[in-house]
Amino acid sequence: MRVEMFTFLLTAAICLAGSAGVVLLRNPVHNALSLVATLFGVAVLFIQQGAYFLAAIQVIVYAGAIVILFLFVIMLLGVDKAEGLDRDPILGQRPAAIAAAVAILGLSLTALLSVGSRVTGQASTLAAIDGSEPNINALAKVLFTDYVFAFEITSVLLTVAVVGAVVLSRKAGPAIDAAEFPEGTTADLLQAKHDAAAVEQGVLEEVATEDETPEGEAETAEEALR
Amino acid sequence: MTSTLQSHVIAGMLANDPLLSGEVGLTTLLVVLIKVVVAFVGLLLSVILMVWFERKVIADMQNRFGPNRAGPFGLFQTIADGMKLIFKEDLMPERADPFVFKLAPFLSLVPAFLTFAIVPIAGSFNDGLDGVVTILGQQTFMQVADPQIGILLFLAMSSLAVYGIMLAGWASGSKYPLLGSVRATAQMVSYEAALGLALASVLLIAGSLSTNAIVNGQAGFRWNVWMTGLVPFVIFTIAATAELNRPPFDLVEAEQELVGGFHTEYSSFRFAMFFLAEFLNTVTMSAIIVTLFFGGPSGPTFGLTNWVGVYILPLFWFFSKLLVFLCMFVLFRATLPRFRYDQVMDLGWKLLIPASLGWFLLLVAVRVGSDQGWNLAATGLAAIAGLLAGAFLLILSIRASAAKRAAVSLPGEGT
Repeated sequence: MRVEMFTFLLTAAICLAGSAGVVLLRNPVHNALSLVATLFGVAVLFIQQGAYFLAAIQVIVYAGAIVILFLFVIMLLGVDKAEGLDRDPILGQRPAAIAAAVAILGLSLTALLSVGSRVTGQASTLAAIDGSEPNINALAKVLFTDYVFAFEITSVLLTVAVVGAVVLSRKAGPAIDAAEFPEGTTADLLQAKHDAAAVEQGVLEEVATEDETPEGEAETAEEALR
Repeated sequence: MTSTLQSHVIAGMLANDPLLSGEVGLTTLLVVLIKVVVAFVGLLLSVILMVWFERKVIADMQNRFGPNRAGPFGLFQTIADGMKLIFKEDLMPERADPFVFKLAPFLSLVPAFLTFAIVPIAGSFNDGLDGVVTILGQQTFMQVADPQIGILLFLAMSSLAVYGIMLAGWASGSKYPLLGSVRATAQMVSYEAALGLALASVLLIAGSLSTNAIVNGQAGFRWNVWMTGLVPFVIFTIAATAELNRPPFDLVEAEQELVGGFHTEYSSFRFAMFFLAEFLNTVTMSAIIVTLFFGGPSGPTFGLTNWVGVYILPLFWFFSKLLVFLCMFVLFRATLPRFRYDQVMDLGWKLLIPASLGWFLLLVAVRVGSDQGWNLAATGLAAIAGLLAGAFLLILSIRASAAKRAAVSLPGEGT
């Protein structure tokens, strides 16, 4: 057996097992981990196809950031309990999901079997992988010349999404005088506030205990020593 | 001779290991095997020495003896500790998730080993050799692998390393480990951004992701540490310390607050694996810093092209540079007090990320300026002015948001 075939079979098995795990396992954390296995398998398949850069990005972005985010939410919100599967949250969700899955499978199989290797009807929209330069250089050239507009628009979209998320999650508080801009972090400012309150309280306590005069006693003791 | 030289040049340009171009025979396989075994054993040995070194130096700084029983100068203390850990009882909490609990230590250990595969440790980078060495008649680099994506593999592995810690904390089914792992994850994910942005400056200068090409570009003391203007190096080192969860960023396992952090519930060999992974990561990260900023194994070879010039001298340069950074990490641990959690987040998000991004933009401006033949001084001044304006706005917005949050006050705050 050739090495490529062996690698492919192994990785495909990992991918499929991972996908099955995502659907079938009961614990959300196990689901997320199965997803990581699938993503990792796909990354290996990318490498086998000579798409090194895609493989790295697959691991860094999907496994390293997105699934970590899933896990973070699962861990922080404490939803790591098995969910009741007796009834669908949305009416008719299960039949619809099955129908969609069958449709996707049918479409891809039809495309694969009817047109062979030319799934899109063309050999390839770009040139075949050129061995004379690394992926990333070829990709960068295409991204920053032919597709620079799409690239920049996508960046703007992501920025808008980030700003939107921040604005949506902001709590409405009392308006502050923006002209002040006091120096220091939130922690420093809170500490200062806390200290001010403590001083006020401490002053009051001092006034209250002054009648008992521990200082006076000390003074008399000192005098006695003399 | 000319054809081999040309193939060297082409290999350098492609940054492909000449070993794997053409037919892959049994000798090639043997060479790969030798490299893997040497790297694995070498890394383990250096970790054992690193643990001993760290304990010894810290003991000296605290006016103690440190390990001095097992072997000369206590050198075998780490091995003795390892044996002890193997023979201890392996406990698992009742509420633990058995599969994930057992998986987590491996997820910590494996990325730590894999990252070292891309670090070149020897090979002459002078006299047009480009780090190519000949083993068993096969030309290759002195690193386990030199993939096209090179340094991205390091980023990928460091993002995978988060899983080990995160899952260890979650799977323990216990409060302190969970809190520790949530802290660790937040910290590592935050500092990965600064790490990547500082890395971008290096890649801009090197023009390649391959570690061999990055080292090759630094031959003759054109080290990236000054070619990128020191700032990326400082940011990278700080972010790397945070990424390693080493002091002063060790609030992941702050004993006073979290018992032992994410590995509180681990014992026996599973704990040993976390311990090993921590020190492996320290050694690997130092090696990555040396590779990225200090020219890795490149250094004067005095015109020697025999085994002394190709193996001994580069190995000497590499390990000397490595030792400096290992010392640095030990000194950090011995001297710096731990950060508070909000300080860690403020440093990462409000200082390191904007600073590394700004410095990257400055380098880009200078690079574009020199490519287009603009007046460099004017370009630099304009870029600096733009960055200063941006920094001013950023500081204002940070202060405004801090004041606003302090005014809202947190629940439980008296006023």
